[in-house]
Amino acid sequence: MVPILMAAPWRWLYRPWRIFRVFSVIYYAYMVEYRAELILWMLSGSFPLILMGLWNQAAQSGQMGLQPVEFVRYFLAVFLARQFTVVWVIWEFEKEVVQGKLSPLLLQPIDPVWRHFFSHFSERFARLPFAILLVGLFFWLYPDAIWMPTLYGWFWGLIAITLSFCLRFIMQYTFAMLAFWVERATAIQQFWYLFYIFLSGMIAPLELFPPAVREFVLWTPFPYMIYFPASLLVGLPVDLGRGLVTILFWGGVSLAINRWLWRRGLRHYSGMGA
Amino acid sequence: MSQLGRYFRVLKLFWSVAIAAELEYRLNFVIAGLSSLGGLAGNLFGLFLFYRTGYEFQDWSWEEALIVLGVFTLLQGVSATFLVPNLNKIVDHVQQGTLDFVLLKPISSQFWLSTRTVSPWGLPDLFFGLVIIVYAGSRLGLSSSAYLALVPPLLFGIASLYSLWFMLGATSIWFVKIYNVTEVLRGLLEAGRFPIVGYPAAYRIFFTFVIPVAFLTTVPAQMMLQRTEVPWLIGSAVLAIALLQLSKWFWQYALRFYTSASS
Repeated sequence: MVPILMAAPWRWLYRPWRIFRVFSVIYYAYMVEYRAELILWMLSGSFPLILMGLWNQAAQSGQMGLQPVEFVRYFLAVFLARQFTVVWVIWEFEKEVVQGKLSPLLLQPIDPVWRHFFSHFSERFARLPFAILLVGLFFWLYPDAIWMPTLYGWFWGLIAITLSFCLRFIMQYTFAMLAFWVERATAIQQFWYLFYIFLSGMIAPLELFPPAVREFVLWTPFPYMIYFPASLLVGLPVDLGRGLVTILFWGGVSLAINRWLWRRGLRHYSGMGA
Repeated sequence: MSQLGRYFRVLKLFWSVAIAAELEYRLNFVIAGLSSLGGLAGNLFGLFLFYRTGYEFQDWSWEEALIVLGVFTLLQGVSATFLVPNLNKIVDHVQQGTLDFVLLKPISSQFWLSTRTVSPWGLPDLFFGLVIIVYAGSRLGLSSSAYLALVPPLLFGIASLYSLWFMLGATSIWFVKIYNVTEVLRGLLEAGRFPIVGYPAAYRIFFTFVIPVAFLTTVPAQMMLQRTEVPWLIGSAVLAIALLQLSKWFWQYALRFYTSASS
């Protein structure tokens, strides 16, 4: 059709670009259709806002090492980081395996993971307006908390959120692979989720953890899913290099396990009609 | 009496069937036990983060705050055992039209929807909740009458929680696709882990009058520590009765708008 274009050295990009464009647009349209549910999903993530109140009150005593307003900003950033890194792929994947819906998807000339990935990816954009609205409302109610991240904060904060979303996605998708062997892979995910809640910095900034616990936690993937991006956004000091390397390390390990399980799992797969 | 006896017989049938079915998944029970243990450890850690610096929630010592946490865990167990497996299915009944069959049965549809199954998955939470309460209670040297004093406000709290949850579930008659509305409630209930005085004033008002979290965990704990004045207990009772009645009315009202899935 477009011979010059097709012959160009960027020709190999053509297919990925088309996949990206088509899937993003389709899933965006799909997610916007469910915007009422989306708002409820957002509101159900109110846990950081509850803790914001507690820590804000606790910091009035002056014993906590951070100012009350710093807590407020931190937990608002936690709320946002969490909103944009939500992952639910395991529930969808489990359903596909158990009900045999995976079978037709396997016939398509594209790895089924991309459907899941883009449905998550596009959902972020459907969520964005509500997030902006909520932040606006929040600042209107509590103008003292208004802050503007530095350019450094914006840049690395957004990169950290993107990376931590990818990390969460890969890890959860790896747990999802277990659906090939066990009936309720989600139970394992829910167990894992406990560690995520308590160690990711969602209940408190890591500065407040006892030093030994903090040192240990910093080696696990959890703080890089919430604490790391949130701290970058509000300007709390974090070790940027170490954070990025740790995310890439855990992401790489999960990816390797994931691909291995995927190949083994497909051989084992005997869903309905397969 | 015969009417009440009939409901009891039905309840026994419902639950024995449900438990027999759930016992098929024994491994899940192990996982539920582990999760509940992990959740407990996390909750203790979270509370410890506050107390570690010497800060305490106004007039709540570590052991006293533990009682609040214990009540919270207990309520978590109650909701996992009785509420979640039933009330979260109302949406499915509406969506698939199977609510028709429920309405045709010669028994209160609210009763059927609220008690149809029971899940042993919440038992570990019930157990650990009791353990914390007894542990903290014995550290504080509470008498057995204190434990008894915990029971009435706890029951009122459960009744209020049930009613709120049921009403939210009933809204699915209008908004069929809303699975997540109960998740919003659950998210807000998380606030019950901590004594209500730990929150700023605006939060306290919200969690007392809008979403009555204070009546679910703080008031029972205060009752147990014998520091609640009677008005709070009466308030808790009135709230429970009012919400129960409201949930009944609300359900009858909502049913008028039910048009089945196929019609």
